[in-house]
Amino acid sequence: MFVAPHIEWAALSPVLILLGAAVIGVLVEAFVPRGSRRLVQVVVAALALGGALVAVTWRWTVVQQDGPSSLVAGALREDAPALLFQAILLILALLALLVIADRARGEDAFTPTASAIPGSEYEGQARRAGLAQTEVFPLTMFAVTGMLVFPAAADLLTMFIALEVLSLPLYLLAGMARRRRLVSQEASLKYFLLGAFSSAFFLMGLALLYGYAGSVHLADIATAVPLVSGMDGLLLAGSALVIIGLLFKVGAVPFHSWTPDVYQGAPTPITGFMAACTKVAAFAALLRFVYVVTPGLGWDLAPFLWIVAILTMVVGTVLAIVQTDMKRTLAYSSVAHAGFLLLGIIALDERGISGILVYLLAYGLATVGAFALVTLVRTKDAEGNLVGEAGHLSEWAGLGRRSPVLAVCFALFLLSFAGIPLTAGFTGKFAVFGAAVAGGDWPLVVIAVLASAAAAFFYVRIIVLMFFTEPATGEDGSATTVVRSEGLTAVAVVVCAVGTVLVGVVPTAVLAVAAQASKFLL
Amino acid sequence: MTNPFIPILVMAALALLMAIGGVAASAVIGPKRYNKVKVDAYECGIQPSPHAMGMGRFPIKYYLVAMTFIIFDIEVVFMYPWAVAFTELAMFGLIAMLGFLFLITVPFIYEWRRGGLDWD
Repeated sequence: MFVAPHIEWAALSPVLILLGAAVIGVLVEAFVPRGSRRLVQVVVAALALGGALVAVTWRWTVVQQDGPSSLVAGALREDAPALLFQAILLILALLALLVIADRARGEDAFTPTASAIPGSEYEGQARRAGLAQTEVFPLTMFAVTGMLVFPAAADLLTMFIALEVLSLPLYLLAGMARRRRLVSQEASLKYFLLGAFSSAFFLMGLALLYGYAGSVHLADIATAVPLVSGMDGLLLAGSALVIIGLLFKVGAVPFHSWTPDVYQGAPTPITGFMAACTKVAAFAALLRFVYVVTPGLGWDLAPFLWIVAILTMVVGTVLAIVQTDMKRTLAYSSVAHAGFLLLGIIALDERGISGILVYLLAYGLATVGAFALVTLVRTKDAEGNLVGEAGHLSEWAGLGRRSPVLAVCFALFLLSFAGIPLTAGFTGKFAVFGAAVAGGDWPLVVIAVLASAAAAFFYVRIIVLMFFTEPATGEDGSATTVVRSEGLTAVAVVVCAVGTVLVGVVPTAVLAVAAQASKFLL
Repeated sequence: MTNPFIPILVMAALALLMAIGGVAASAVIGPKRYNKVKVDAYECGIQPSPHAMGMGRFPIKYYLVAMTFIIFDIEVVFMYPWAVAFTELAMFGLIAMLGFLFLITVPFIYEWRRGGLDWD
C-alpha cells in the first residue's frame, strides 16, 4: 500500500526559492525583450540567493530549537552542518553572481553566440550587435539549486540527482567564454566527458551499496555495516566508488586532470564560481558520506584516503610551482587545497567537520576574490585594443605600482591561500590540521605543513612579481592594463577581502558557529 | 520444480535469436542495390541536413526536434506507470505529476519562443 510521504515545504524553502528563480529565469528568456533581460535576470538571481540565505538562517534557528530532522521520506536531512554548508554556498554564490553580472567596458565575460564557429564572421556580427547570452543566470541558479541539495542529501539517489543538477549547467557555462573560444569549448567538452565518467563511478558504487544493504539511505547502509557479514567486498568497493565519484568533483589527485584545463578555459567569473561553490558542495557530500557510512570501516578505507590526500597535496603544490599561467596556477593551488581539506575528512572527528566548514569559507572567499581580480587584468596590443585577460604570469609584473589597490587585494587572497596568520586561510588550516592531529593523523599533518610551506613559495613569488618587478612590455608592443569594473566586481572583491581579514583576525565567532555544527546525527 | 526464471531465459534467447537472425538473414538473402538515398544519413525520411563543409555552419534543426522528442518520450514513460497507479497515488501523485509536467513545459516554452521549432 502506497503511503504518500509528508513533504516539509518550509524546510525545503531555500531549495524551492532557487529552483523557482531558475524557472522564472528561463521564462524571462522566453518573454522579456532582449534589452531588459540582463537587468531582470540579475535582480531575480540576486533576490533568490538573498531570499534563500534568509530562509537558511530561519531554518538554522528552527534546527537549533527542535533538532535535526529527516525531510521528504528520508531523502534529505536537515541538520546543522547541512545548513551551514548551504549558508556558505549561498554567500559565495552571491559574491560570484556579482562577478558574473559585471560588464567591464560594456562587455561581460560570456560569448554572444556560443554556437558560432570561433573567429567566424557570424561571431563578429553578433559581437558588434551587442548580443548577450543571459541564459548564464538561470543556468547558475540551477547549478546553485543542485549545490544546495548536495550537502543535505541523505540517500544516494538524491545525492546523485543533486550531483547532476549542479554539474550539467557547469558543463555548459564552461564553454561560454567570450575570448579564446576554442580553449573554452575544449574545457567544456573535457569537463563533460570526465564528469560523465565520474558520474558512472558514483552510480556503480550506488548500485553495489544497494546490493549490500538493500537500501540507498545513508543511515540504513550505516546500520547494515555491523550486521551484514560476508559481503565486505561489495561494501568496500561500493564505498570506494562513491568516494571516487565525489573526489572527481573535488579535484583530488589522481582524479584532478580536468581541473587545470577547465579552470583555464572556462569564463573567469564561472571559474571562480565553480572553484569555490562546487568544492564546498562536493566536500559537504563527501563529508556526510564518509562520516555517516564509513566509520565502521575506517581501517579499510584509511589507506585509500591517505594515499589520495598525500598525492593531492604533493602533486597540487609541485605542479602549481611550475605553472606559467595565472588561472592554471590557481587551479593547481585549488587541487592542493582539496588535499588539505581531505585531512578534515580523514580525521573522522567532530572537529574535522567544523574545521572543514571554516576552511571552505576561507578558501571560497579568497577564490571568488582572486578570480574576480583576474577578470580585470587585461592585455592590450600595440594599438591599445584589449585582446583578453592577462593569462601569463609575466604579464602581472609591476602591477602593484599601477594598480596598488588591486594588487594589495590580490596579495591578500594569495596570503590567505598560503595560510599566513591574520588571514582567513590560517584559521582554516589551523582548524583542519588541528582536527587531523586530534584524530591521530600526525604524519599527514607533517606532509600538509611541508606542502603549505612549499606552496607559500609560489604565492609569494606572484606577490614579488607584482610589487618588486618592473612592468614588462611584450615584443609585439602588448602591455598589461587594468579595466575598471562596472562596480559589481569591485563590491565582490571588497566583501571577499573584508571577510578574509575578519575571519583571520577575529576567528572566534566563526569557529564558535562552526563548532555548533560539528555533529552529524543519523 | 522448475526454476521460475526459465521463461525469462527462453524469452532472452528468443529475443537474441530474432535480433541476430534478422540481421544475418537480410545479409545473406537480401538484395544489395545501393543508391544515393540509401547511403544518406537517416533523418526520418526528410531531406537530411547538409554537413559542415570546412568551417561552414550546418543547420541543427533536425537535432533540436529530435532532442525535444526524447524529452516528451521520457515524459510519457513516466506517465504510463502514473496512469496505472492513479487511484492508489491519489492526490500526491497528481500534484507530483503536475509539477513534473510544469517543469517540462517551461523549457518547451523557451524553445518555442526563441525559434527552436521554426523549421525554415
